[in-house]
Amino acid sequence: MELTKRDREMLDGRFGEAARFAMSVVVRTAEAVGAEALLSIEGAHIDACALRSASSHDVIRHLAENGGRVSVPTTLSMVSLDLENWRYLGIDPGHAEAATQIADGYRALGCIPTWTCAPYQGYLTPRFGQQLAWGESNAVAYANSVLGARTNRYADYLDICAAITGRAPYTGLHRGENRRATVRVRVGGVRASEWDSPTAWAALGAFVGGAVGERVPAIEGLSELRPSNDALKAFGAAAASFGSLGLFHVVGTTPEAPDLQTASQGRSLSETMHVTPVELRATWDELSSAEPETPIDAVVLGCPHASYAELEGLADAISRRGDARSHENVQFLVFASAPMVELARRGGLLEPLGRFGATIVRDSCPFHAPVVAAEATTLMTDSGKCAYYAPGELGVRVAFGTIDACVESARTGTVRGGEGPWLRR
Amino acid sequence: MVVGEAEGIVLRSDRAISLWGGIDPSSGRIIDRRHDRHGESIVGRVFAIPAEKGSSTGSAVLLELIRAGLAPAGIVTSETAPILAVGSIVAEELYGAGIPIVCLGPRDWTKLVDGEWVRIGGDGSITRP
Repeated sequence: MELTKRDREMLDGRFGEAARFAMSVVVRTAEAVGAEALLSIEGAHIDACALRSASSHDVIRHLAENGGRVSVPTTLSMVSLDLENWRYLGIDPGHAEAATQIADGYRALGCIPTWTCAPYQGYLTPRFGQQLAWGESNAVAYANSVLGARTNRYADYLDICAAITGRAPYTGLHRGENRRATVRVRVGGVRASEWDSPTAWAALGAFVGGAVGERVPAIEGLSELRPSNDALKAFGAAAASFGSLGLFHVVGTTPEAPDLQTASQGRSLSETMHVTPVELRATWDELSSAEPETPIDAVVLGCPHASYAELEGLADAISRRGDARSHENVQFLVFASAPMVELARRGGLLEPLGRFGATIVRDSCPFHAPVVAAEATTLMTDSGKCAYYAPGELGVRVAFGTIDACVESARTGTVRGGEGPWLRR
Repeated sequence: MVVGEAEGIVLRSDRAISLWGGIDPSSGRIIDRRHDRHGESIVGRVFAIPAEKGSSTGSAVLLELIRAGLAPAGIVTSETAPILAVGSIVAEELYGAGIPIVCLGPRDWTKLVDGEWVRIGGDGSITRP
């Protein structure tokens, strides 16, 4: 392994125990994955702050108490509660104390308290070509694919070790040659209007993510649609949950894929997958395990954290229904970053949400903050990522549908419109 | 990928798994309902999976399993598994106790038989005592 003088001094403990620990983890990981060198990174996003396990306390305590300090601008993913409103959300004080200790630990290292899984929607949005060490699989997919920055799927704790040392294994998607498309995915037979909702893109992402494994797909047939950032976000979040996708190209849309030639770096692609309404319907059915008309206990929106446009769409869907309110048996939960909630307040979007009975949760996530009632058995969401993880993490059946279908289902208290756009013939 | 010696009964699945959302860190059981070994425990087993997938929090789940004494004896994969490797490396740095993570490649990985007793050697070899 090629190491600089500074790398070696860090390993020898000249910069203190936290830096030694961090450099040792970086170097040993580089060796484990067969990297021949380290590279310098320009930013980091930390996912390791979400858990409250005893070992996650041990890691942050070890780093903070031994003088750890990040050496590059570093944003933070979610923590396991809404840091300011946890009492109102009914979160147990013991849980809150543990989560707050972890949050304080990461702040002590000099991280920026963004507390969001969608850091690309806010402060420090990466530039094209920038080398990063990002955790949180949806953020990685977005940074690589939509922004053209370069990061691998950083494992928890390797992310903070890279942030402290400013160094990372020079391997995988950091290297230009590994960013070329290796499989063609041709999407056809779907009416353009059916791609209007990001939920449709989430279903496509779920299918593609499960089918391509670790290969890099070049998706064709969609460039005319000019997909929104939210559509690409929904696609990447679902694909990274159903598989191990870290980078995708949408030919004609994403920055490294103006055309197929460029996306594949001039190589010919021997394998082509075809996606038609048949696959999309099957995927939608797999995501949606709850039958139509089933009573629902909770709606989860904002996985990953809602954008302004998504909150605006939600406010519209609510306002179209006049004075409708979420059914008394339904928890209507919306997850977003604190800055985005403030933007929504300034935009007048919080008033209709509040009237409908929505609860806004900042800084966190349904899988890390105990906000979905423990006795819930059926949950509805517009998110492929949430639909993937909710059965295992929350023990619920899932209904999958657009934001509009989620609002209608919350109003009636039962699953409505969860059958997917491709079922309308 | 992470060196160490271990032995145990193989729990083999042909499906990749995300440790976060896939394994309950407080019991070591498989909780991913889409997984073919749903409900089974990986504690003390030689966990044989073709690949890791999904969440990058898998390393934190593995670290917690190791801390709590609920980890598999070792993990044997067909493809490289950097997220799992990080979990074991951090466990060695923090607690002085990781578990071996061995990437065998597809040819040798498919020879592993569910339920057989195997030993993982310090050189990454798999033997059947």
